[in-house]
Amino acid sequence: MEIPFAILTALTLVSALAAMSLRNLVHCALCLALTLAGLAALYLQLGAQFAGFAQILVYVGAVAILVVFAILLTNRGDQAAATRAPARSWVTGAGIAVAVFAVLARVILTSSLATGHPMVDRGSPTVKDLGMQLMTQYVLPLEVIGLLLTAATLGAVIIALPEKKTPAAAAPNH
Amino acid sequence: MIADLLNGIGLLLWRVVSDQPDAKGALLPVLPAVLQPVVSAVLSVAPIIGVFASLFALTTLLERKGLGRIQNRLGPNRVGPFGILQPAADGLKMLTKEDIIPRSADKVVHFLAPVCLAVPTLLAFAVLPYGRNLVPLDLDAGLLFFFAVGASTELSIFMAGWSSRNKYSLLGAMRAIAQMISYEIPLIVSSVTVVMMTGTLSPMHIVEHQAGFIWGFIPHWYVLTPWGFAGFVIFTIASLAESNRSPFDLPEAESELIAGHLTEYSGFKYALFFLAEYLGMFAISGLGVTLFLGGWHAPLPGLEWIPSFVWFFGKLVSMVFLFIWIRGTVPRLRVDQLLNLAWKFLLPLALINLVVAAVWHFTAVWTFPGALVVRWLLGAALIGGPYVLLGSALSGAKKNTLRVYRYAT
Repeated sequence: MEIPFAILTALTLVSALAAMSLRNLVHCALCLALTLAGLAALYLQLGAQFAGFAQILVYVGAVAILVVFAILLTNRGDQAAATRAPARSWVTGAGIAVAVFAVLARVILTSSLATGHPMVDRGSPTVKDLGMQLMTQYVLPLEVIGLLLTAATLGAVIIALPEKKTPAAAAPNH
Repeated sequence: MIADLLNGIGLLLWRVVSDQPDAKGALLPVLPAVLQPVVSAVLSVAPIIGVFASLFALTTLLERKGLGRIQNRLGPNRVGPFGILQPAADGLKMLTKEDIIPRSADKVVHFLAPVCLAVPTLLAFAVLPYGRNLVPLDLDAGLLFFFAVGASTELSIFMAGWSSRNKYSLLGAMRAIAQMISYEIPLIVSSVTVVMMTGTLSPMHIVEHQAGFIWGFIPHWYVLTPWGFAGFVIFTIASLAESNRSPFDLPEAESELIAGHLTEYSGFKYALFFLAEYLGMFAISGLGVTLFLGGWHAPLPGLEWIPSFVWFFGKLVSMVFLFIWIRGTVPRLRVDQLLNLAWKFLLPLALINLVVAAVWHFTAVWTFPGALVVRWLLGAALIGGPYVLLGSALSGAKKNTLRVYRYAT
């Protein structure tokens, strides 16, 4: 139980470090995909099948692809961003990092690991249990997230729409 | 010791062939406790690799023979009688060829891409039930596992296309990814109907739900219900696209892109891509068989004495034959046609199919005589109507007329 955990943690951490520090943006994106896959493996090791498979399906299958597409479409992947980040984005980045760290620290400090309360073993829930919970107790948050994502998709389509009206895009359809 | 071992192996083989449960239990107790987990894993993995690699060799030959027959030529017939040793010759040629890496290629990624493609493709075979008691890994979320590992192959195609530093490779990879992402959605939505009706994500239980016969001779397979039939057709079209087979082989359209993301690969790495492509086709056909064609169930009550895995592989080979037939007869689509088909036609139909499945589920309480026929007709009308309307709306005012040949008679 300990050795697989050590291997997976090392893989996840090393690939996360590589994703931050490599010069080539596409390499960074691939390392990020490896990090996400490592996280999925950690979820699976904890017995959370649904979370693990959904992580692979969504993050490795879709988000990583989106990231590499974005890199290829916006700049040449082989030319590393040699310019230093401007001061304002440094401040924003540091702020976000501090906020995320604070949230994580609070969660860990109030968890049963730090407080020493015995952990309640609720068994490993099946996908069916998760679905039941989502469709009964948590149906309102689910619907709100669905609405939000639909709105975001519509927004993205509207942003992308004017490009289609340029004459170059309206290729002759034969 | 040796006698025990041989006895265990014999009992194991007998239990597999005669469809009995716990085949591994026949051999494992004979071995020392240290070896047991390793041997157990090898016993699950080795047959998958062996069987599907041989099926791959066989399929390459049958495909070339079948395409030759369709195109009115002979196909391979030089190596061995009727060309049956052609796969061995192909394999030797692939392994002894020079491995060429372009000078400007990204060497690490170029090397990793075929490996990253082959591993998830092999993993997908872990959850398929091959027979009554033959499932390597009976996961509660097996179907989700299958789609998750299927989704992770897209990144390796991108790796292959990008690392080659070749415009054809990159264009081919981009096409492949756009196509795979688009067709993944109808594929998953059409499988969701089956999950909805059985209430489980485990392929083993999905197959068990399709046991039994209506009126004593019609098998209880989902392809024989209106929603199941529509779902199966959508699933088959989407799986053709997912495995980059003709008519959806735009990523490697020879006339436009040389070989797409495979352009800069040769020798063993090319063979690995080829293997992964065929294994992916087998895996997705196996999933289609599991979801819609009753898995390992026999088609008639009197035929259940034949071992269950024979039926599974029979159905699998029929699906592969269908794929080869389609490749030989249907021309390649254009990119815009390809994406329109996925987003404007297959996806709406797959969503409507969910409603049809719900109607089928809630009319199951009808008990009047002939209720089954009425339910069938209702379901068929609910999916057939949108099919006709959507089809005619999308094809526009185009009329189907008799083709006039100007130069041929």
